[in-house]
Amino acid sequence: MSHFKITRRGLVGAGAVLGGAAATGLPGLAFGAPALGDTLLNVSYDPTRELYKDINGAYAAYWKGKTGKTITINQSHGGSGKQARSVIDGLQADVVTLALAADIDEIAKRAKLLPANWQSRLPNNSTPYTSTVVFLVKKGNPWKIHDWPDLIRPGIQIISPNPKTSGGARWAYLAAYAYGLKHGGDAAARDYITKLYKQAPVLPTGARDATTAFAQRGLGDVLLSWENEAYLTIEEFGPHYDIVYPSQSILAEPPVALLDKNVDRHNTRLLAEGYLNFLYSPQAQDIIGKHHFRPREAKAAAKYAAGFKQIPLVTIDDTFGGWTKAQARHFADGGVFDQIYKPS
Amino acid sequence: MTAVTPAAPISRIRLPGIAPLLVLASVAVMGGLVILPLITVFQSAFAKGLSTYLAALKDPDAQAAIRLTLIVAAIAVPLNAAFGIAAAWCVAKFEFRGKSALITLIDLPFSFSPVVSGLVWVLLFGAQGWFGDYLVEHDIKIIFALPGLVLATILVTLPFVARELIPLMQGQGSDEEAAALTLGASGFTTFWKITLPNIRWALLYGVLLCNARAMGEFGAVSVVSGHIRGQTTTLPLHVEVLYNDYDFVGAFAAASLLASLGLVTLLLKTALEWRHAGDLSAGRKR
Repeated sequence: MSHFKITRRGLVGAGAVLGGAAATGLPGLAFGAPALGDTLLNVSYDPTRELYKDINGAYAAYWKGKTGKTITINQSHGGSGKQARSVIDGLQADVVTLALAADIDEIAKRAKLLPANWQSRLPNNSTPYTSTVVFLVKKGNPWKIHDWPDLIRPGIQIISPNPKTSGGARWAYLAAYAYGLKHGGDAAARDYITKLYKQAPVLPTGARDATTAFAQRGLGDVLLSWENEAYLTIEEFGPHYDIVYPSQSILAEPPVALLDKNVDRHNTRLLAEGYLNFLYSPQAQDIIGKHHFRPREAKAAAKYAAGFKQIPLVTIDDTFGGWTKAQARHFADGGVFDQIYKPS
Repeated sequence: MTAVTPAAPISRIRLPGIAPLLVLASVAVMGGLVILPLITVFQSAFAKGLSTYLAALKDPDAQAAIRLTLIVAAIAVPLNAAFGIAAAWCVAKFEFRGKSALITLIDLPFSFSPVVSGLVWVLLFGAQGWFGDYLVEHDIKIIFALPGLVLATILVTLPFVARELIPLMQGQGSDEEAAALTLGASGFTTFWKITLPNIRWALLYGVLLCNARAMGEFGAVSVVSGHIRGQTTTLPLHVEVLYNDYDFVGAFAAASLLASLGLVTLLLKTALEWRHAGDLSAGRKR
């Protein structure tokens, strides 16, 4: 870059590059040729970054052992709602592993990349593991936050992502709402959730943004967090934090699905099916437990049980009538969240 | 647009004691807002030593991000340079209806948020967009692939070259070109031998700024990227990915490359301003 002097030859060269670029045309600029079935794109939500790094390595090794072929698994992470939006807009995911079923429903409904009954195609409602929502507080719990009512005490600032873009935030919202429901019914729940979001100074787009805001930048007094994300934060940032289990929370079921239209276009159905089935294998279930997600498979579940505190967990189906209803009532445009949340 | 009449030199305004105060204040602000963060970037990048720093840059995903950033800039910047010359030529040397509308249009990308510059392409070329069905059917990838990143970058950096050239070329007028044409030179020869040499330094200046922005752009490319690691993450997006992975050394190592790019741009820009001030702007002659 130094001694860059404009010469005529230089300009002719630049012109040639330009002409070349124009001649190549747009389709030619597209990324490589259509994959020949050896590459998968897994579009996932935010706090699974470390999990899928390990799972992908294990699956690639498994596939190599089985077929002798080397495969590549690409990852994209972000807020679950935002990721679903990208897939709808054409992000070429072979599989999606998102935070909640409503986001995959949205892909089925708007982009028709998979059938509406996708959730019945794999065991356990297509959720190879579960998780829940807990509180992450500073070491020693200086504000004595033990349960949901403590969050709306004056002066407490909560950090939680935006339920519009983040899946974890929707689980957290519903967990809070369910607490209100149990202690006074719908009016009380609505009142509680209104007060709760008044204490949220910012709403980051994804779970990881929220965690870095809380742990790295020191914002807020309590993080409404995925259980796995809370354990990871302690591993990453050292023992400056405590996990608080409230008196009750919600059973979060992050589902996985294969996008039929995309895998057929990429010729990756076999690979993608194998990948999703692999998530239920003892090997993957062990990795899942290691990353503080709650495994489905009995042996892995027993092995990691000590790490998870057993508290009463409401379910989306019993308390909210399933994701379709919950999504429409609470998170759609003009829904309860829009009514109660006023950005400050 | 740049004012052609030079403002009264500040030294003629008599306000004793104000000048040193202002200097002090601006130095403090620059130190706090520019120098300090810059130091932090390099300090964090080297927090775990040189070998960790180099390893972070040698990581395949980092390499891919660097490569992608260079490719995007290599396509977007020449295109915008060509467009800038054409637009400035058009505006400065000819009179036509709608000229001020064209100038406003060129400036438009400066006035809306980069997010919009990305989103328009999603609305046009996304699977649910205007051309979505056609693109999906023919397996043409624009959004979440290189073409989308290039388009978003072009839109954001569109005004840089044109804005640098228009005032200069307007100031120069078209007398020299007219003379050349009268003497029998062809249009191309006139451009090549008269116009281009007259604007070369300003062109280089505009290209520098355009390139710096093209490589550093975050918002617009973030919208069209899809954030596939090692595939569609440019360097600024790679910084975000690593930061969110808690890989702070890696994030700041990548950020240090962007900071270095900024510093090199600044040096070249200053050198240009210093040596060729007269050629950069007709109104800024020494």
